[in-house]
Amino acid sequence: MDIQSCVEVRNEWDIVSARQLGRNMAKELGFGNVDQARITTAISELARNIYLYAGRGKICIEPIDQLGRKGLRIVALDNGPGIREIRKVMEDGYTTSGGLGAGLPGVKRLMDEFSIESTVDVGTEISATKWLR
Amino acid sequence: MQKIIRNEIIESKLYVVGVQEKLDNLIVQMINENQETLKNHWLKEVNLFKEKELAGYTTTLKLSEETDQQFFELLIKHINYHDISKDGTLDQFFDQVLHTGLPLKYLTQGLQVARRVILNLLVETESDKEKLAAVYREIDSWLDPILNRVIENSSQIWERTVSIQKTALLELSAPLIPVFKNISVMPLIGSIDTERAKLIMENLLNGVIKYRSEVVLIDITGVPVVDTMVAHHIIQAADAVRLLGSTCILVGIRPEIAQTIVSLGIDLSLFPTKSTLQKGMENALEITNQQLISNE
Repeated sequence: MDIQSCVEVRNEWDIVSARQLGRNMAKELGFGNVDQARITTAISELARNIYLYAGRGKICIEPIDQLGRKGLRIVALDNGPGIREIRKVMEDGYTTSGGLGAGLPGVKRLMDEFSIESTVDVGTEISATKWLR
Repeated sequence: MQKIIRNEIIESKLYVVGVQEKLDNLIVQMINENQETLKNHWLKEVNLFKEKELAGYTTTLKLSEETDQQFFELLIKHINYHDISKDGTLDQFFDQVLHTGLPLKYLTQGLQVARRVILNLLVETESDKEKLAAVYREIDSWLDPILNRVIENSSQIWERTVSIQKTALLELSAPLIPVFKNISVMPLIGSIDTERAKLIMENLLNGVIKYRSEVVLIDITGVPVVDTMVAHHIIQAADAVRLLGSTCILVGIRPEIAQTIVSLGIDLSLFPTKSTLQKGMENALEITNQQLISNE
Protein backbone atom coordinates (compact mmCIF):
# COMPACT_ATOMS: atom_id res chain seq x y z
CA MET A 1 0.00 0.00 0.00
CA ASP A 2 2.12 2.89 -1.22
CA ILE A 3 -0.59 5.19 -2.41
CA GLN A 4 0.21 8.79 -1.73
CA SER A 5 -2.61 11.28 -1.54
CA CYS A 6 -2.14 14.99 -1.75
CA VAL A 7 -4.41 17.91 -1.05
CA GLU A 8 -3.69 21.36 -2.43
CA VAL A 9 -4.00 24.02 0.24
CA ARG A 10 -5.15 27.39 -1.05
CA ASN A 11 -7.92 28.43 1.34
CA GLU A 12 -9.39 27.57 4.70
CA TRP A 13 -11.71 24.95 3.28
CA ASP A 14 -8.77 23.01 1.90
CA ILE A 15 -7.52 22.64 5.46
CA VAL A 16 -10.74 20.80 6.26
CA SER A 17 -10.37 18.48 3.27
CA ALA A 18 -6.73 17.74 4.13
CA ARG A 19 -7.86 16.88 7.64
CA GLN A 20 -10.62 14.62 6.41
CA LEU A 21 -8.24 12.78 4.11
CA GLY A 22 -5.84 12.26 7.01
CA ARG A 23 -8.57 11.04 9.31
CA ASN A 24 -9.84 8.54 6.75
CA MET A 25 -6.37 7.18 6.04
CA ALA A 26 -5.55 6.94 9.74
CA LYS A 27 -8.81 5.09 10.35
CA GLU A 28 -8.08 2.70 7.50
CA LEU A 29 -4.63 1.90 8.89
CA GLY A 30 -6.17 1.04 12.24
CA PHE A 31 -5.14 4.00 14.37
CA GLY A 32 -7.19 4.44 17.55
CA ASN A 33 -9.37 7.41 18.38
CA VAL A 34 -6.69 9.34 20.22
CA ASP A 35 -4.07 8.88 17.51
CA GLN A 36 -6.62 9.82 14.85
CA ALA A 37 -7.23 13.05 16.71
CA ARG A 38 -3.47 13.64 17.01
CA ILE A 39 -2.91 13.05 13.31
CA THR A 40 -5.80 15.25 12.20
CA THR A 41 -4.74 18.01 14.56
CA ALA A 42 -1.17 17.84 13.25
CA ILE A 43 -2.44 18.03 9.66
CA SER A 44 -4.62 20.95 10.64
CA GLU A 45 -1.63 22.84 12.09
CA LEU A 46 0.60 22.15 9.10
CA ALA A 47 -2.11 23.04 6.59
CA ARG A 48 -2.91 26.23 8.45
CA ASN A 49 0.75 27.23 8.45
CA ILE A 50 0.80 26.80 4.67
CA TYR A 51 -2.36 28.88 4.34
CA LEU A 52 -1.16 31.60 6.70
CA TYR A 53 2.49 31.97 5.74
CA ALA A 54 3.00 30.56 2.25
CA GLY A 55 -0.43 31.23 0.75
CA ARG A 56 -0.44 27.95 -1.11
CA GLY A 57 1.16 24.56 -0.97
CA LYS A 58 0.18 20.98 -0.46
CA ILE A 59 -0.22 18.32 2.15
CA CYS A 60 0.68 14.77 1.18
CA ILE A 61 -0.28 11.83 3.30
CA GLU A 62 1.13 8.36 2.79
CA PRO A 63 0.99 5.08 4.63
CA ILE A 64 4.46 3.70 5.28
CA ASP A 65 5.76 0.25 6.05
CA GLN A 66 9.30 -0.21 7.39
CA LEU A 67 10.17 -3.83 8.05
CA GLY A 68 6.64 -4.58 9.09
CA ARG A 69 6.34 -1.46 11.16
CA LYS A 70 3.38 0.51 9.91
CA GLY A 71 2.74 4.18 10.13
CA LEU A 72 1.47 7.31 8.49
CA ARG A 73 3.62 10.10 7.15
CA ILE A 74 2.43 13.64 6.59
CA VAL A 75 4.47 15.87 4.32
CA ALA A 76 3.71 19.58 4.07
CA LEU A 77 5.27 21.32 1.08
CA ASP A 78 5.24 24.91 0.02
CA ASN A 79 7.21 27.40 -2.04
CA GLY A 80 6.60 30.19 0.39
CA PRO A 81 8.98 32.64 2.06
CA GLY A 82 10.68 29.95 4.13
CA ILE A 83 11.45 30.09 7.83
CA ARG A 84 14.29 32.36 8.90
CA GLU A 85 14.78 31.05 12.41
CA ILE A 86 13.87 27.40 12.64
CA ARG A 87 15.20 27.15 16.19
CA LYS A 88 12.83 29.89 17.27
CA VAL A 89 9.68 28.53 15.62
CA MET A 90 10.27 25.29 17.46
CA GLU A 91 10.07 27.14 20.76
CA ASP A 92 6.73 27.23 22.52
CA GLY A 93 5.03 30.57 22.42
CA TYR A 94 6.95 32.05 19.51
CA THR A 95 4.57 33.48 16.95
CA THR A 96 4.70 35.99 14.13
CA SER A 97 0.97 35.99 13.46
CA GLY A 98 -0.49 36.72 16.88
CA GLY A 99 -1.47 33.09 17.43
CA LEU A 100 -0.57 30.87 20.35
CA GLY A 101 2.80 29.90 18.95
CA ALA A 102 2.13 26.25 19.74
CA GLY A 103 1.74 24.97 16.16
CA LEU A 104 5.07 23.48 15.14
CA PRO A 105 6.31 22.41 18.59
CA GLY A 106 2.82 21.01 19.10
CA VAL A 107 3.00 18.96 15.91
CA LYS A 108 6.38 17.62 17.01
CA ARG A 109 4.83 16.45 20.29
CA LEU A 110 1.71 15.05 18.61
CA MET A 111 3.73 12.91 16.19
CA ASP A 112 6.54 10.40 16.69
CA GLU A 113 9.03 11.71 14.16
CA PHE A 114 9.44 15.21 12.89
CA SER A 115 11.76 16.93 10.46
CA ILE A 116 11.80 20.36 8.96
CA GLU A 117 13.75 21.78 6.07
CA SER A 118 13.41 25.34 5.01
CA THR A 119 15.27 27.71 2.75
CA VAL A 120 14.50 31.39 2.85
CA ASP A 121 12.67 32.51 -0.31
CA VAL A 122 12.56 28.95 -1.64
CA GLY A 123 10.13 27.09 0.54
CA THR A 124 9.56 24.73 3.39
CA GLU A 125 9.16 20.99 3.68
CA ILE A 126 7.96 19.49 6.91
CA SER A 127 7.58 15.79 7.39
CA ALA A 128 6.00 14.09 10.38
CA THR A 129 5.38 10.43 11.05
CA LYS A 130 3.14 8.57 13.44
CA TRP A 131 3.79 4.87 14.03
CA LEU A 132 1.05 2.35 14.55
CA ARG A 133 1.44 0.65 17.90
CA MET B 1 -28.77 23.03 -55.32
CA GLN B 2 -25.26 23.60 -54.16
CA LYS B 3 -24.44 25.44 -57.30
CA ILE B 4 -27.28 27.87 -56.92
CA ILE B 5 -26.21 28.79 -53.43
CA ARG B 6 -22.68 29.33 -54.60
CA ASN B 7 -23.75 31.61 -57.38
CA GLU B 8 -25.91 33.59 -55.04
CA ILE B 9 -23.09 34.03 -52.59
CA ILE B 10 -20.82 35.23 -55.37
CA GLU B 11 -23.50 37.58 -56.48
CA SER B 12 -23.98 38.89 -53.01
CA LYS B 13 -20.35 39.88 -52.87
CA LEU B 14 -21.03 42.44 -55.58
CA TYR B 15 -23.45 44.39 -53.48
CA VAL B 16 -21.83 46.43 -50.79
CA VAL B 17 -25.08 47.24 -49.07
CA GLY B 18 -26.90 44.31 -47.59
CA VAL B 19 -24.11 41.85 -48.15
CA GLN B 20 -24.12 40.77 -44.54
CA GLU B 21 -27.85 40.36 -44.48
CA LYS B 22 -27.83 38.31 -47.61
CA LEU B 23 -25.09 36.05 -46.32
CA ASP B 24 -27.14 35.62 -43.18
CA ASN B 25 -30.18 34.58 -45.09
CA LEU B 26 -28.22 32.22 -47.27
CA ILE B 27 -26.70 30.42 -44.37
CA VAL B 28 -30.04 30.18 -42.63
CA GLN B 29 -31.62 28.88 -45.80
CA MET B 30 -28.93 26.30 -46.20
CA ILE B 31 -29.20 25.19 -42.59
CA ASN B 32 -32.94 24.81 -43.01
CA GLU B 33 -32.63 22.82 -46.19
CA ASN B 34 -30.12 20.46 -44.70
CA GLN B 35 -31.72 20.20 -41.31
CA GLU B 36 -32.08 16.42 -41.39
CA THR B 37 -28.43 15.81 -42.30
CA LEU B 38 -27.28 18.28 -39.68
CA LYS B 39 -29.50 16.70 -37.11
CA ASN B 40 -28.19 13.22 -37.80
CA HIS B 41 -24.58 14.35 -37.62
CA TRP B 42 -25.32 16.28 -34.47
CA LEU B 43 -27.11 13.43 -32.73
CA LYS B 44 -24.31 11.05 -33.66
CA GLU B 45 -21.59 13.26 -32.23
CA VAL B 46 -23.55 14.16 -29.12
CA ASN B 47 -24.31 10.51 -28.44
CA LEU B 48 -20.66 9.65 -28.84
CA PHE B 49 -19.79 12.33 -26.33
CA LYS B 50 -22.48 11.13 -23.96
CA GLU B 51 -21.18 7.58 -24.05
CA LYS B 52 -17.63 8.67 -23.46
CA GLU B 53 -17.92 11.56 -21.02
CA LEU B 54 -21.24 11.20 -19.27
CA ALA B 55 -21.20 7.46 -18.62
CA GLY B 56 -21.75 8.09 -14.93
CA TYR B 57 -24.73 10.33 -15.54
CA THR B 58 -26.72 8.32 -18.07
CA THR B 59 -27.68 5.66 -15.59
CA THR B 60 -28.80 7.97 -12.86
CA LEU B 61 -30.22 10.87 -14.83
CA LYS B 62 -32.45 10.84 -17.82
CA LEU B 63 -30.41 11.90 -20.79
CA SER B 64 -33.24 10.96 -23.04
CA GLU B 65 -33.38 11.14 -26.80
CA GLU B 66 -36.21 13.57 -26.31
CA THR B 67 -33.96 16.10 -24.64
CA ASP B 68 -31.49 15.83 -27.50
CA GLN B 69 -34.23 16.33 -30.09
CA GLN B 70 -35.61 19.30 -28.25
CA PHE B 71 -32.15 20.79 -27.87
CA PHE B 72 -31.42 20.62 -31.59
CA GLU B 73 -34.83 21.88 -32.68
CA LEU B 74 -34.55 24.86 -30.39
CA LEU B 75 -31.12 25.63 -31.78
CA ILE B 76 -32.38 25.61 -35.36
CA LYS B 77 -35.38 27.65 -34.39
CA HIS B 78 -33.22 30.30 -32.81
CA ILE B 79 -30.81 30.42 -35.69
CA ASN B 80 -33.85 31.28 -37.80
CA TYR B 81 -34.72 34.11 -35.47
CA HIS B 82 -31.17 35.53 -35.56
CA ASP B 83 -31.82 36.29 -31.93
CA ILE B 84 -31.37 33.95 -29.02
CA SER B 85 -33.42 35.79 -26.48
CA LYS B 86 -36.53 35.75 -28.62
CA ASP B 87 -39.50 34.12 -26.86
CA GLY B 88 -37.19 32.77 -24.12
CA THR B 89 -37.74 29.10 -24.94
CA LEU B 90 -34.04 28.38 -25.22
CA ASP B 91 -33.39 29.92 -21.84
CA GLN B 92 -36.19 27.89 -20.36
CA PHE B 93 -34.78 24.73 -21.86
CA PHE B 94 -31.31 25.42 -20.46
CA ASP B 95 -32.72 26.16 -17.04
CA GLN B 96 -34.70 22.97 -17.14
CA VAL B 97 -31.66 20.92 -18.14
CA LEU B 98 -29.48 22.46 -15.46
CA HIS B 99 -32.12 22.06 -12.78
CA THR B 100 -32.49 18.35 -13.46
CA GLY B 101 -28.81 18.08 -12.54
CA LEU B 102 -27.43 17.48 -16.01
CA PRO B 103 -23.86 18.70 -16.33
CA LEU B 104 -23.09 22.00 -17.99
CA LYS B 105 -20.71 20.24 -20.36
CA TYR B 106 -23.63 18.51 -22.02
CA LEU B 107 -24.96 21.90 -23.14
CA THR B 108 -21.60 23.41 -24.09
CA GLN B 109 -20.64 20.28 -25.99
CA GLY B 110 -24.01 20.30 -27.76
CA LEU B 111 -23.45 23.85 -28.90
CA GLN B 112 -19.91 23.17 -30.03
CA VAL B 113 -20.99 20.13 -31.99
CA ALA B 114 -23.70 22.23 -33.63
CA ARG B 115 -21.11 24.77 -34.69
CA ARG B 116 -18.92 22.01 -36.07
CA VAL B 117 -21.59 20.24 -38.10
CA ILE B 118 -22.91 23.48 -39.58
CA LEU B 119 -19.43 24.63 -40.54
CA ASN B 120 -18.62 21.23 -42.03
CA LEU B 121 -21.64 21.49 -44.24
CA LEU B 122 -20.77 24.98 -45.38
CA VAL B 123 -17.13 24.09 -45.99
CA GLU B 124 -18.23 21.30 -48.29
CA THR B 125 -20.15 23.67 -50.48
CA GLU B 126 -17.81 26.65 -50.43
CA SER B 127 -14.15 26.84 -51.35
CA ASP B 128 -13.43 30.54 -51.50
CA LYS B 129 -11.31 31.41 -48.50
CA GLU B 130 -12.57 34.92 -47.97
CA LYS B 131 -16.14 33.86 -48.05
CA LEU B 132 -15.45 30.96 -45.75
CA ALA B 133 -13.95 33.35 -43.25
CA ALA B 134 -17.05 35.49 -43.47
CA VAL B 135 -19.23 32.45 -42.91
CA TYR B 136 -17.13 31.43 -39.90
CA ARG B 137 -17.52 34.85 -38.38
CA GLU B 138 -21.20 34.79 -39.05
CA ILE B 139 -21.79 31.42 -37.43
CA ASP B 140 -19.64 32.45 -34.48
CA SER B 141 -21.70 35.57 -33.98
CA TRP B 142 -24.83 33.43 -33.71
CA LEU B 143 -23.54 30.70 -31.51
CA ASP B 144 -21.24 32.62 -29.18
CA PRO B 145 -24.04 34.59 -27.49
CA ILE B 146 -25.93 31.34 -26.88
CA LEU B 147 -22.85 29.77 -25.38
CA ASN B 148 -22.21 32.80 -23.20
CA ARG B 149 -25.79 32.76 -22.08
CA VAL B 150 -25.62 29.11 -21.06
CA ILE B 151 -22.48 29.63 -19.01
CA GLU B 152 -23.90 32.77 -17.45
CA ASN B 153 -27.14 31.02 -16.51
CA SER B 154 -25.36 28.07 -15.04
CA SER B 155 -22.96 30.15 -12.99
CA GLN B 156 -25.88 32.21 -11.74
CA ILE B 157 -27.63 29.08 -10.56
CA TRP B 158 -24.48 28.04 -8.73
CA GLU B 159 -23.85 31.42 -7.22
CA ARG B 160 -27.40 31.52 -5.95
CA THR B 161 -27.16 28.06 -4.43
CA VAL B 162 -23.84 28.85 -2.77
CA SER B 163 -25.07 32.13 -1.32
CA ILE B 164 -28.28 30.55 -0.01
CA GLN B 165 -26.27 27.78 1.63
CA LYS B 166 -23.80 30.25 3.03
CA THR B 167 -26.57 32.23 4.71
CA ALA B 168 -28.16 29.04 5.99
CA LEU B 169 -24.81 27.94 7.36
CA LEU B 170 -24.17 31.28 9.02
CA GLU B 171 -27.55 31.14 10.70
CA LEU B 172 -26.66 27.75 12.12
CA SER B 173 -23.08 28.50 12.95
CA ALA B 174 -23.11 30.15 16.37
CA PRO B 175 -26.46 30.26 18.16
CA LEU B 176 -26.59 31.39 21.76
CA ILE B 177 -29.48 29.84 23.65
CA PRO B 178 -30.68 31.16 27.00
CA VAL B 179 -31.50 28.10 29.09
CA PHE B 180 -32.05 29.17 32.68
CA LYS B 181 -32.03 32.55 34.30
CA ASN B 182 -28.59 34.06 33.68
CA ILE B 183 -27.34 30.90 31.99
CA SER B 184 -26.85 30.53 28.23
CA VAL B 185 -25.41 27.78 26.07
CA MET B 186 -23.59 28.00 22.76
CA PRO B 187 -23.41 24.61 21.08
CA LEU B 188 -20.77 24.44 18.37
CA ILE B 189 -20.93 21.79 15.66
CA GLY B 190 -18.50 21.33 12.80
CA SER B 191 -15.23 22.91 11.79
CA ILE B 192 -14.41 26.41 12.91
CA ASP B 193 -12.78 28.78 10.43
CA THR B 194 -11.82 32.42 10.88
CA GLU B 195 -15.16 33.74 9.67
CA ARG B 196 -17.08 31.53 12.03
CA ALA B 197 -14.74 32.32 14.90
CA LYS B 198 -15.55 36.00 14.45
CA LEU B 199 -19.26 35.22 14.50
CA ILE B 200 -18.89 33.13 17.64
CA MET B 201 -17.22 36.02 19.41
CA GLU B 202 -19.87 38.52 18.28
CA ASN B 203 -22.87 36.35 19.14
CA LEU B 204 -21.36 35.38 22.45
CA LEU B 205 -20.77 38.96 23.57
CA ASN B 206 -24.08 40.30 22.23
CA GLY B 207 -25.94 37.39 23.81
CA VAL B 208 -24.28 37.88 27.18
CA ILE B 209 -25.57 41.46 27.24
CA LYS B 210 -28.97 40.66 25.75
CA TYR B 211 -29.83 37.75 28.07
CA ARG B 212 -27.89 39.13 31.03
CA SER B 213 -26.01 35.88 31.25
CA GLU B 214 -23.75 35.38 34.20
CA VAL B 215 -22.53 32.08 32.88
CA VAL B 216 -22.10 31.01 29.27
CA LEU B 217 -21.38 27.39 28.40
CA ILE B 218 -19.52 26.78 25.14
CA ASP B 219 -20.14 23.21 24.06
CA ILE B 220 -17.50 21.81 21.68
CA THR B 221 -18.79 18.23 21.57
CA GLY B 222 -19.45 18.59 17.85
CA VAL B 223 -16.15 20.22 16.92
CA PRO B 224 -14.05 17.54 15.23
CA VAL B 225 -10.62 19.10 15.64
CA VAL B 226 -9.33 21.52 18.21
CA ASP B 227 -6.05 22.88 16.92
CA THR B 228 -4.14 25.93 18.09
CA MET B 229 -6.26 28.26 15.96
CA VAL B 230 -9.57 27.00 17.36
CA ALA B 231 -8.17 27.01 20.89
CA HIS B 232 -6.87 30.52 20.40
CA HIS B 233 -10.29 31.77 19.32
CA ILE B 234 -12.00 30.05 22.24
CA ILE B 235 -9.51 31.52 24.68
CA GLN B 236 -10.06 34.99 23.22
CA ALA B 237 -13.84 34.60 23.37
CA ALA B 238 -13.72 33.41 26.97
CA ASP B 239 -11.42 36.26 27.86
CA ALA B 240 -13.80 38.78 26.31
CA VAL B 241 -16.71 37.27 28.24
CA ARG B 242 -14.66 37.59 31.41
CA LEU B 243 -14.17 41.28 30.68
CA LEU B 244 -17.95 41.70 30.64
CA GLY B 245 -18.01 40.26 34.13
CA SER B 246 -19.44 36.88 33.22
CA THR B 247 -17.98 33.42 33.39
CA CYS B 248 -17.36 31.17 30.42
CA ILE B 249 -17.28 27.41 30.89
CA LEU B 250 -15.91 25.18 28.14
CA VAL B 251 -17.78 21.88 28.00
CA GLY B 252 -17.89 18.79 25.79
CA ILE B 253 -14.17 18.09 25.82
CA ARG B 254 -13.72 14.54 24.61
CA PRO B 255 -10.80 12.49 25.99
CA GLU B 256 -8.89 12.50 22.69
CA ILE B 257 -9.34 16.25 22.38
CA ALA B 258 -8.04 16.68 25.93
CA GLN B 259 -4.93 14.72 24.98
CA THR B 260 -4.25 16.71 21.84
CA ILE B 261 -4.73 19.99 23.70
CA VAL B 262 -2.17 18.87 26.28
CA SER B 263 0.26 17.73 23.55
CA LEU B 264 -0.09 21.04 21.78
CA GLY B 265 0.75 22.72 25.07
CA ILE B 266 -2.32 24.94 25.10
CA ASP B 267 -3.11 26.55 28.42
CA LEU B 268 -6.84 26.48 29.10
CA SER B 269 -6.52 27.11 32.83
CA LEU B 270 -7.91 30.66 32.60
CA PHE B 271 -11.47 29.40 32.69
CA PRO B 272 -13.27 26.31 34.00
CA THR B 273 -13.68 23.31 31.69
CA LYS B 274 -15.94 20.29 32.04
CA SER B 275 -16.27 17.04 30.15
CA THR B 276 -20.01 17.22 29.52
CA LEU B 277 -22.70 19.82 29.14
CA GLN B 278 -24.52 18.32 32.13
CA LYS B 279 -21.56 18.84 34.46
CA GLY B 280 -21.09 22.31 33.11
CA MET B 281 -24.73 23.10 33.75
CA GLU B 282 -24.48 21.89 37.36
CA ASN B 283 -21.49 24.13 37.79
CA ALA B 284 -23.32 27.05 36.22
CA LEU B 285 -26.32 26.61 38.54
CA GLU B 286 -23.95 26.64 41.48
CA ILE B 287 -22.28 29.85 40.34
CA THR B 288 -25.64 31.59 39.86
CA ASN B 289 -27.01 30.26 43.17
CA GLN B 290 -29.80 28.32 41.56
CA GLN B 291 -31.04 24.81 42.14
CA LEU B 292 -33.13 22.33 40.20
CA ILE B 293 -35.83 20.99 42.49
CA SER B 294 -37.81 17.95 41.52
CA ASN B 295 -41.51 17.83 42.36
CA GLU B 296 -41.51 14.46 44.01
